[in-house]
Amino acid sequence: MIGRSLRAFPTLLRVAVADMVAYRAEFLIWVLTTNMPLVMLAVWHRASEDAPVGRFGQKEFAAYFLSTVIVRLMVQCWVAWELTMDIRQGTLAMKLMRPIHPVLAYSAEQLAAIPMRILYLTPVVAVLVYAAGEKIAITDPAMAAIFVLSILGAWLMTFVIGVMMGTLSMFLQSAFSVFDLWMALHSVFSGYLVPLELFPPWMRTLADVLPFKYMLSFPVQTLIGMETQEQALRDLGVQWMYVVVLTLAARALWQRGMKKFVAFGG
Amino acid sequence: MIDVQNLSKTFKVHERPPGLGAAFKSLFSRTYKEVKAVNNLSFKIADGERVGFLGPNGAGKTTSLKMLSGLLHPSSGTIQVDGFTPKERQAQYLERITLVMGQKQQLLWDLPPLETFHMNRAVYDIPQAQFAESLKLLVDLLGVDGLIRKPTRQLSLGERMKCELVAALLHRPKVLFLDEPTIGLDVSMQATVREFIRDYNDKTGATVLLTTHYMEDVTALCPRVIVIDKGELLYDGQLKELVRRIRPDKRLTIRFSTEIAPDVLARMGHVVSQTPLQAVLQVPMARVSDVMRDLLGSLPVGDLTVEDPPLDEVMRDLFAAKKVAP
Repeated sequence: MIGRSLRAFPTLLRVAVADMVAYRAEFLIWVLTTNMPLVMLAVWHRASEDAPVGRFGQKEFAAYFLSTVIVRLMVQCWVAWELTMDIRQGTLAMKLMRPIHPVLAYSAEQLAAIPMRILYLTPVVAVLVYAAGEKIAITDPAMAAIFVLSILGAWLMTFVIGVMMGTLSMFLQSAFSVFDLWMALHSVFSGYLVPLELFPPWMRTLADVLPFKYMLSFPVQTLIGMETQEQALRDLGVQWMYVVVLTLAARALWQRGMKKFVAFGG
Repeated sequence: MIDVQNLSKTFKVHERPPGLGAAFKSLFSRTYKEVKAVNNLSFKIADGERVGFLGPNGAGKTTSLKMLSGLLHPSSGTIQVDGFTPKERQAQYLERITLVMGQKQQLLWDLPPLETFHMNRAVYDIPQAQFAESLKLLVDLLGVDGLIRKPTRQLSLGERMKCELVAALLHRPKVLFLDEPTIGLDVSMQATVREFIRDYNDKTGATVLLTTHYMEDVTALCPRVIVIDKGELLYDGQLKELVRRIRPDKRLTIRFSTEIAPDVLARMGHVVSQTPLQAVLQVPMARVSDVMRDLLGSLPVGDLTVEDPPLDEVMRDLFAAKKVAP
């Protein structure tokens, strides 16, 4: 099955990109909803006008929140929504009839969005370089490699958690409410709205343990040079440990879910 | 090819009475009811057979088909299809079968069907030459050459169903599970789909198990039928035999060359319908030849045909009786 899946993946990806292009207007509107960090940038920019907040002056805030938009758009997935809808409407049945795992098809759909997002991100990157270019600290090849791996790890974590959220719909009537709760926690503990180092110490300790930091804040801080190489390596280790644990948990949940799956509809 | 033994499927269904009070109560305490969708079902289907799987709404047909295709896990009992256990969902099994659901689609909505076909080529690992050959054969058989490059959303229901069949058969499955493949189609499109299924079965020797509510599908396609109701087997055998057992009478349709008196037919059998120039008479099988002789001897008969009662009526009587005399 693995060999077949690898051979099929480029075609799945190509078809998914074609599908994504068909939805280009909706996609653009959806991407625009990811702009909350830019609002937060305006707030923190004003707050740090007279004096920096911790290590963050105006330039640091600009670098942080522009990088947050970039990383968030690179790793964002809506697989939980897709999977939940497919389970509720019974359309997962058609995906299950194929001799490749449906999760592989979902991953192709999610990855297919990245080229379109890169188009959107180009002006954001240009503004970042213009406003706070000197803060982008990826000059060291080791840190560049850590950043690439951190983006990959963050994407995998976001995707696998999305699969788990969606799979919950096989057990619950709808997993949307669980997903909403998850996203609320994510907004706080991933550094999406506030840099984690501005939190009180107990919240920072909590954020270090929870998975959210490794889905956003860690790659962002690595990109703008706010992590030492030692810190970055430690965070990378925790992140990939989360990737492995979450993947195993998602696999077990899927297998249990399949036994409960009722394939709604005639 | 297909061997089903003592198959059962039970669903746990949450139940609550209507009203706000009941809604709040269900937040804290829920009542569940066990519903047996399929109950102790056993049958065997040989290679290349075309079998109709019939029953009223909620009889358990689709649930059985989903268990046969590996989508649902049985609560008890065993299924073997071509040596595989469907619930294990092995890739080798999934590439031997196909499931077409008249109310679900696999075609990508915003892309032309050709994109779905190419995706299925990759997913089923079909060699390019075989793909090109199968695609040409199916496109010609179904006459969809002009459609496969238009976005799916712009196709009519019938056009989409024909493209669904292409997508479902590109990998040359040996077993076809067809769940109401003609639902919602107009009469001519239904006939096209029926003819295609028959042709495909003749040419490839694939086994076909079909659920439908259209009795024309059954008469045209299924020499054998399996009838279930409330998840239990009511009948498994030849369609002709079922008709003979449930309705051992024939329908005589008579056209008269001149008008006849309204009461003259009643003594010959049960008058189903009558106009001055045409009548439909229902008579027991044993009396058919006597009645025909009477009709031809005493009335101005222009044309006369003898047929089985309509299958719709046979099925209605079967579900009312709930069992078939051996």
